[in-house]
Amino acid sequence: MTESAASAETDFDIIVVGAGPAGSTAALVAARSGKSVCLIERGTFPGSKNMFGGVIYGRVLDSLIPNWWEQAPVQRWVTRRGTVVMTPTQSLTVDYRSAGWGEAPYNGATAFRPDFDAWLADHAVAAGATLVCSTTVTGVSRDSSGRFSVVSTDRPDGDLSARVVIACDGVNSFIAKDAGLYPHAGDTAHFTLGAKEVLALPREAIEDRFGLVGNEGADLEIIGCTGDIAGGGFIYTNLESIAVGVVLRLSDLAESEHRAEKLIAELKGHPMVAPLVRGAELLEYSAHLIPEGGYDAMPTLGAPGLIISGDAAAFCLGGGLWLEGVNFAIGGGQAAAEVACAGLDRGDDGIGKSMVDDYRSRLEDTFVLADHKKFRNAPGLVLSDRIQFRYPQLVCDLLEGVFRVENPEPKPGLIRLFFRTARKSGLKMRHILVDGWRSARTYG
Amino acid sequence: MFATDPPDPTMASSAPAWPPVSFEDRMATVDFRVSSRAHITLDSSVCRGCPAKACIVACPANLFVPTSDGGMLFNYEQCFECGTCYMVCNGEGAISWSYPEGGHGVAFKRS
Ligand SMILES: Cc1cc2nc3c(=O)[nH]c(=O)nc-3n(C[C@H](O)[C@H](O)[C@H](O)COP(=O)(O)OP(=O)(O)OC[C@H]3O[C@@H](n4cnc5c(N)ncnc54)[C@H](O)[C@@H]3O)c2cc1C
Ligand code: SF4
Ligand code: SF4
Repeated sequence: MTESAASAETDFDIIVVGAGPAGSTAALVAARSGKSVCLIERGTFPGSKNMFGGVIYGRVLDSLIPNWWEQAPVQRWVTRRGTVVMTPTQSLTVDYRSAGWGEAPYNGATAFRPDFDAWLADHAVAAGATLVCSTTVTGVSRDSSGRFSVVSTDRPDGDLSARVVIACDGVNSFIAKDAGLYPHAGDTAHFTLGAKEVLALPREAIEDRFGLVGNEGADLEIIGCTGDIAGGGFIYTNLESIAVGVVLRLSDLAESEHRAEKLIAELKGHPMVAPLVRGAELLEYSAHLIPEGGYDAMPTLGAPGLIISGDAAAFCLGGGLWLEGVNFAIGGGQAAAEVACAGLDRGDDGIGKSMVDDYRSRLEDTFVLADHKKFRNAPGLVLSDRIQFRYPQLVCDLLEGVFRVENPEPKPGLIRLFFRTARKSGLKMRHILVDGWRSARTYG
Repeated sequence: MFATDPPDPTMASSAPAWPPVSFEDRMATVDFRVSSRAHITLDSSVCRGCPAKACIVACPANLFVPTSDGGMLFNYEQCFECGTCYMVCNGEGAISWSYPEGGHGVAFKRS
């Protein structure tokens, strides 16, 4: 085996940077296959730097941590999923409920990232990985053979070496940018800012207001609440708190007068939302970027000795109907570790350029890139001007027309109502047809 | 240092359904282990020539405060380390951005 000889020359077989879901999964999988692994995290503990909406979809954990739902630190199991379209005074909700989602193996769970990420990292440590916290990686450099192998940190004498570096350092990934993997790193149209408030509410109030029983949870995704900024809003229920937040496209935010916390305040004041949040007290305010560019905005996935995964590689799927990043990070981290371990077993040839090619094709075979490829047009469609700024009004006005009773005026036929509302909205019938067709093709 | 949020005209008709929170109180809900080294620094001379000043509205922690002479005041202490400011900034070299040293900066608990 070339592996042990190599290990003698480097501090570790694999160094993983960042103990988010991608990094901890990569470390877990690599440690289980017998490699020496160091997992470096800049926070005092894994998860302390991380925030999300959010809901964790755990199916991807089934094979990694059997019966994970019996031990993962979750808040509530999501049994109610609402998609809301709103204007400042109106709203329409498509409210889906599933009793099945409230039973093992469950579909999605709300959670706090400081809890969840720490739990997942514990599994990596139990598998044999060395976790080093409170340590910021300041750069990754190449050795004389041109392979990335030296990881510099802000600790005194803090350089470490490895045969393979897996960078899971999140959305700002300076490792990926410094390695030249992002050709369009600065494109603000591909990133959104997420900001949220976690608000304390008694358990019973949450269950009454959201129509939940026990540890059932609700998830509401909202379009039409972000002013002149493309994006959306969300409301999630935790056990004894709710999360209310907005997601804002950076390119629009940069030109807007709307501040994130003001938009959250307006959302909380909306007639549909106000009764849900009444009296709730702010526990924590937080913000984080999201890579939402999808398949066509992804970077090169590595270089000799280096692979990138999770948000660092823009694996987060933000297609409007979904905001899934944790599960994609876990799937990505798993693939990264499997490919790196297989490469290490093949010696020097296995961890060069071919490792990156293997990684890409492995991801294409799994949901990580397969889903992204299938829905590659979704981010552009959902963040498009008409969907964001025109259709919420059209849809709400249409429903208003259907449900408002104006007798003795005779009721209009639905077709006439549709044309009348569309005309009033200023949307061209041609555009509506084109968008309908685009949506069918994007999600079909 | 931060002013109380002005009342929002769009909600004038209904009494707010939650206690109003000043920006100072909002940020007081977040834990920061402040480092002695500033992880983000500004070259205010570049800011003086920047017409857009997108950082002011975009920073979720409201850390960019314009000065009367067209420059910019910045304090790194209550920063989320999100990256929004350097992403939206058009001023070449205005922002030097890095993460705080390990173990410092923001520490979320319930997010
Ligand atoms: C507002 C918002 C809502 C979201 N909602 C959802 C949701 O409901 N469901 C969902 O599945 N996803 C959601 N996401 C997306 C999800 O949070 C991310 O896709 C996911 O966290 C990516 O995991 P990761 O491991 O790649 O990166 P991260 O979770 O960002 O982890 C990166 C880790 O690397 C560490 N790190 C970074 N740089 C360094 C360095 N130089 N040295 C040492 N350590 C470093 C960080 O401290 C961090 O712990 C949401 C995101 C946001 C912002
Ligand atoms: S956007 Fe950049 S250059 Fe302009 S004021 Fe802000 S920090 Fe300065
Ligand atoms: S990183 Fe985020 S919170 Fe910190 S100053 Fe920049 S925009 Fe504000």
